[in-house]
Amino acid sequence: MSAAITIGLAQVAATLALVAVAGAVALWERTDLEGDIAVAVARSFIQLTAIGYVIEVIFASDSILWVALLLAVMVLFGAFTARGRATRVPHAFWPLLVALAIAATATLALVLVLGVFPAEARYLVPVGGMVIGNAMTAAAVALNRLGDDVHDAAARIDATLALGATATQAIRPIARRSLRSGMIPLIDSTKTTGLIFFPGTMVGMLLAGASPIDAVRLQLVLLYVLLGAVALATLLAVLLSRRAFFTADHQLRDLAPSQSHPGS
Amino acid sequence: MLFELDDVTATRGGRVVLEDLSAVLADGATGIVGPSGVGKSTLLRLLNRLADPVSGTVRYRGRDLRDDDVLALRRDVGLVPQLPALLEGTVADNVLYGPRLAHRSADVAASLRLAGLDPAFAPRQAAALSVGEQQRVMLARALALQPSVLLLDEPTSALDETTTAAIEATLRDLRDRLGLSFVLVTHDLHQAQRLADRVLALEPGALREVPAAAAPKR
Repeated sequence: MSAAITIGLAQVAATLALVAVAGAVALWERTDLEGDIAVAVARSFIQLTAIGYVIEVIFASDSILWVALLLAVMVLFGAFTARGRATRVPHAFWPLLVALAIAATATLALVLVLGVFPAEARYLVPVGGMVIGNAMTAAAVALNRLGDDVHDAAARIDATLALGATATQAIRPIARRSLRSGMIPLIDSTKTTGLIFFPGTMVGMLLAGASPIDAVRLQLVLLYVLLGAVALATLLAVLLSRRAFFTADHQLRDLAPSQSHPGS
Repeated sequence: MLFELDDVTATRGGRVVLEDLSAVLADGATGIVGPSGVGKSTLLRLLNRLADPVSGTVRYRGRDLRDDDVLALRRDVGLVPQLPALLEGTVADNVLYGPRLAHRSADVAASLRLAGLDPAFAPRQAAALSVGEQQRVMLARALALQPSVLLLDEPTSALDETTTAAIEATLRDLRDRLGLSFVLVTHDLHQAQRLADRVLALEPGALREVPAAAAPKR
């Protein structure tokens, strides 16, 4: 088996040439994305480098307490980030925080109990990060859709409330659609995995010199864990946020353009 | 008295639309007219508690609206909203929606007939109907709950003259046959005069009585 690949900063910098292509496309087509691309590149460099050093320290200490702390920070940042995408959902932060925390805890507990991975920082940190990241994306997509749909369908929701529906009954079809939109991307990519794209873990293991069968088995474990985590996080985020659109008396809150004073 | 409003202030979209409004709405048919944006729909929403005032009291048959079960109130004080507010599915799905939630049985054909729609419409997709037919489905849907009051929000604003006349005939028929009370909100003074016993003009801060029209109602 070959040794792990060593990559210098110069090589990383060279790949920025392709980012320049993305920037050029953004400018050429006036998509107004060049600023976002620059921020994404800068943030990914700083964040990944920082986390690299943090993980190195945590791996060296191999303390479960540090692992738990790091994952908790990830959940916190994940909830903040997802809230930024769910601006039309009132008070979305707490549902997201609870959803990500429970999804991460439940899935990590499961793989530990099943003995898929030993309880070591080397396994828990990357798997936890992956679970939280994917759960965050799915929950953000679902809540983004939920907020948009509630605003767009306010008249219909009011009409169903007027027919004696409770808040939960009135929002049910919309909540269902938002759940679907949160989960479908991962379900679709799971369906096509191996055919259209190679998932990241497998690519990483192959690049690092692992045997293809080992790479595939680990990838399968992670895919299934991710599916469960994403389903759980999306469901919790939607279930916990949907009530925030309503008052206790089954009234759709005044969805003013400014969300600073929801309700009356 | 059907409804009494005491010093009611209400907001919509973060803006005060009704301020210190006091009024009495009697049984029978009341028409409320005014230009768009003056708060007619907001006023209607207060009457079945789709919204609550930020201050003041709304009473229904002498009782503070907030003292009673809100879902029961909405079944008794039915709202026919402005389009588009149909549910996905068939005409029958729409008509049965309210009664099913209340665990009641309902006669779809009878509700459709009351709203002036042939019972043969029941299996058709609601979204595929004409605007006038959709308006009648919304009416039938509200009637299926056997309310004692109907709140009508611009019931003919999207309709042509012929369809408007037909819907108005249906509404008059419902009043006469079922003894329903109406609160009708419209921007059309003449429509209010044709349909209501009493017409009130909504102005900032007040509901002013509009004298009976010289012209005959029908």
